Amino acid sequence: MSDTHAQTVAYVRDTMLPAAAPPLRESGAVRWLRENLFSGPVNTILTILGLLIVWFLVATFWDWFAHSVWNASSLSECREIIAATWGEGARGACFAVIRERWNQYVFGFYPQSLYWRPTMTFGLLMVALAPVLFSASLTIRRVVLVITAVVTLWAMSVLGAPVGWLLFSAAVLVAGLLASERNIAWLLPFSAIYPLLGVWFLWGGSLWGPIFVLVGPLLGWVAWRMLSGVSPLLATVAALLVTLLFWMGLAGEAARDAENILSLSIESVRSDRFGGFLLSLTIGVAGIALSLPLGIMLALARRSDMFLIKSLAVIFIEFIRGVPLITLLFVASLLLNYFLPPGTSFDIILRVIIMVTIFAAAYMAEVIRGGLAALPRGQYEAADALGLDYWKAQRLIVLPQALKISIPGIVSTFIGMFKDTTLVTFVGLYDPLKSMSDAVRANIAWKGIYWEPFVFVGAIFFLICFGMSRYSMYLERRLQRGHR
Amino acid sequence: MKKTVFLGTAAAATLLSGMVMAQEGSTLAQVKERDELNCGVNTGLVGFAAPDANGNWTGFDVAFCRALAAAVLGDANKVRFVPTTGQTRFTALSSGEVDVLARNSTWTYSRDTDLALDFVGVNYYDGQGFMVNRELGVTSAKELDGATICIQTGTTTELNLADYFRANNMNYTPVNIDSNAEGEQQYMAGACDAYTTDASGLAATRAAFADPENHIILPEIISKEPLGPAVRHGDSNWGDIARWTLNALIAAEEYGITSRNIEELVRSSTNPEVQRLLGATDDLGAMMGLDAEWARRAILAGGNYGEIFAANIGEQTPIGLARGLNAQWTQGGLLYAPPFR
Repeated sequence: MSDTHAQTVAYVRDTMLPAAAPPLRESGAVRWLRENLFSGPVNTILTILGLLIVWFLVATFWDWFAHSVWNASSLSECREIIAATWGEGARGACFAVIRERWNQYVFGFYPQSLYWRPTMTFGLLMVALAPVLFSASLTIRRVVLVITAVVTLWAMSVLGAPVGWLLFSAAVLVAGLLASERNIAWLLPFSAIYPLLGVWFLWGGSLWGPIFVLVGPLLGWVAWRMLSGVSPLLATVAALLVTLLFWMGLAGEAARDAENILSLSIESVRSDRFGGFLLSLTIGVAGIALSLPLGIMLALARRSDMFLIKSLAVIFIEFIRGVPLITLLFVASLLLNYFLPPGTSFDIILRVIIMVTIFAAAYMAEVIRGGLAALPRGQYEAADALGLDYWKAQRLIVLPQALKISIPGIVSTFIGMFKDTTLVTFVGLYDPLKSMSDAVRANIAWKGIYWEPFVFVGAIFFLICFGMSRYSMYLERRLQRGHR
Repeated sequence: MKKTVFLGTAAAATLLSGMVMAQEGSTLAQVKERDELNCGVNTGLVGFAAPDANGNWTGFDVAFCRALAAAVLGDANKVRFVPTTGQTRFTALSSGEVDVLARNSTWTYSRDTDLALDFVGVNYYDGQGFMVNRELGVTSAKELDGATICIQTGTTTELNLADYFRANNMNYTPVNIDSNAEGEQQYMAGACDAYTTDASGLAATRAAFADPENHIILPEIISKEPLGPAVRHGDSNWGDIARWTLNALIAAEEYGITSRNIEELVRSSTNPEVQRLLGATDDLGAMMGLDAEWARRAILAGGNYGEIFAANIGEQTPIGLARGLNAQWTQGGLLYAPPFR
C-alpha cells in the first residue's frame, strides 16, 4: 500500500534533512547565560548588581595589585620604586615585606640552621597521616606520598639538612611509600609513635625523654595483663596508676640517667622561638589530633546511663562551651602560674595546646552527639540483639555511622579551631596574622605597612582551610552507602 | 584493693612533696639559679623593643634588660625576652612569669600601689601629643573641639584624652583602635581627624608616612608619661638591683663613662664617684648581693644611657627623637641619678 503512494505522491519527502544546529539562543553560552543569569527580572537585576560589585572591586583594587613591588628592602624603597615606575601619586602593594620576612612568617624565630627540622617533621607527618586519612585509595596515597617525598627532600637539602638526617627521612619516606603499596596498615605503628617523634624533632633535646614516655604505657599494659585475671576494674586502675606514677616519678630521672650513659640529643629549641605558621600548624595539628578522640569520649559520656559520668561530661562541655577561648588562653598563660609552684616551667605552647584541645573537644562532643542522636534506634537495638557489649557495639556499629553523619560538623570544628590558633597573639605568642606582622612593623624599615601581611596570611589560611573542606567532601563521597 | 589505696597515697604524696620543695626564693637567687633573666618587653614597638628577622631583640627597653642581665649574670645575652601585650604585661610580672618588666609602661599611682608593682625609675620621659593632617588647618590642640580622635584602648592615653577635653570644655568622638598599626591605618584613611599617642610614638609613625611633610604634631603635650621598668612588690633587694642598674647607666653618662673609655677610666680615673661606680674602690655591689664590677658590665653591655638613646631612638636614627626632657639634669633635662656612695 504505502509503496504505491511513495511512488505516486510527489510531495512526500523521501530524504531526511541534515540535522541543523539548534537556534543560537537555545545553545552554548547564550543558553547557559539566559537560563542561569537572566532567567527572569529578579535574576537579571541580581546578576547586574553582582557584576557591578565585581567591577567595583576590581576597579578599586586592581591598580594596587598590579603595581605590586616584590623586590625592596624597606617600605620607603617600595614607595620610591612605585613612584618611579608608575608615576607620582600611584599606589601599589609592597609584597617585598613578605619576600624579605618569609622565613619569619613560616618559621618564626626558629634557629635558621635548623629550619630543616620542622620541614622534616611535617614531611613525615604526611607519612604518619597516610594510613589514617587516605587508607582507601592506593592512587591518592601514591600521589600524596611521592609529592611529599620529593618536596620534603628537596626542601631539606636546600635548607642545609645534615646528610645523616637526609638519609633518615629519605628512608622513612621510601619505607612509607613501599608500605603504602603493599599494605597501608603496616604504617599504623609509625602513626602511633609519630606524635612523640614530632615533638622531639621540633623541640629537640634528648630522645630518651620520648622513649621513657613510651615506656609508661608499656609498664601499665604489663600491670594490666598481670591483674586482668583477678579483676578487670582493678587491672584498669592499676594500669593507669602505674603509667602515671612512672611518668611523674621515674621517667624524668631515668631519661637523665640514660642520657648520661648514651647521649641521644639534638639541639633543643625553646618554645619562645616558635612563631608564624610553624606555631599555627603545631597547635592546629596537635589540637585536631587530640580533640577528636576526646570529643568522642565526651559525646559517649554525655549519652551514658551512668549518672556521675554523664553529669561530669555535661558540666565539662557546657562550662567550656560557655567560656570564650581567649579567657581559656589567659588562664593558661597567666592564672596557671599563680597555682603552680614558683620556678616550675610549664611550657607555654603545651598549655595553649591543652586549652585549645579541650575547647575544640567540647564543640566536637556536641557535633558527634548530634550524629549519635541521628542514628535510628534500631541500630542500637540490633547491636544489643547481636549480643555485643557496650564498647563493641559503639566501635562496630554506632560510631562508624555516627561519625560519618557528623563529618561536615567535625571538619567545621577543625577549620574553626585552626583559625582560632591566631588568638594566641593575646598571650604573647607570635601567630602569623597579628603578632608576627606587628613584630615586622616594629622594624623601622617596614613601619606603616598594613594590608600586605593580612592579604598574604589570609591567603595561606584560605588554602589550608579550603583543603580541609575539600577533603571532608571527598570523605563524604567515599563513605556514601546506599540510599541512592 | 589495698594495693590501689597504697598507690593512690603514693601518688598524692609525690604531688605534695613536689609542691613543698619548690619554695619561693628571692628573685636574685632564682635568676642566678636559672642563669637567665626573664624580661617582659613589648611585642613590637619601633625603637623600644623589636625582634629582627633572626629573633634577636633590639631597642631602648631591650637595652635595659641586657644591662641588668650583664650586671646580675655577667652576660648581656642571658636574657629571655617575653613579649607581653598591653593586657598581659602586669599579670605576667605579678605571676612571676617575668622578673622585670621593661615595656614602656607609664609609672602611675595606682599601678605602683594597687597593682603591687614597684617602678624602679624612669628611663624615658614621654608625654601624649596629637598628630593632625596639615590640611585640617589646626595649629593647637585647643582647636580640636568636636574632632574625631583615634585612640588606643586600655592605655593611659585614653584617660588623659578624656581629662584634657573635659578640662578645656571641649567635645570629641573617640575612634577606638587596638594597635599602633591600626591607628595609623585609620588615621591615613581619614577615619579620624587626629591621632593621639605618646609623642615618641607619633614621631616614629610620622617618620614612616609616605608624606610626612603633610602631617604636623601639635605643640601641646597633654600628659606626663614617665615610662620605666617595674618589678614586683615584696622583693626590695631585687628592686634595688634594677633601680641602681638604671641609675648606673644614667650616672655613667653624667660622668662621661662610655662603653669605649670605661676600661681606661677604671685604671686612670681620679673622680672618686667614678671609682666607686666602676668598683675600683669600695665594694658597692656587695651591698645588694652582686660583685664589685656589676656596674662596669652593665655599662659595657650597650653603653651608657646616652649611647643607648642615640643607638635606638636618637636623632641619628630614622625615629629621630631629640633628648628633650630626657637630657641629663646638667643639660636642662630631668635625668638625675642619686649619688653612688
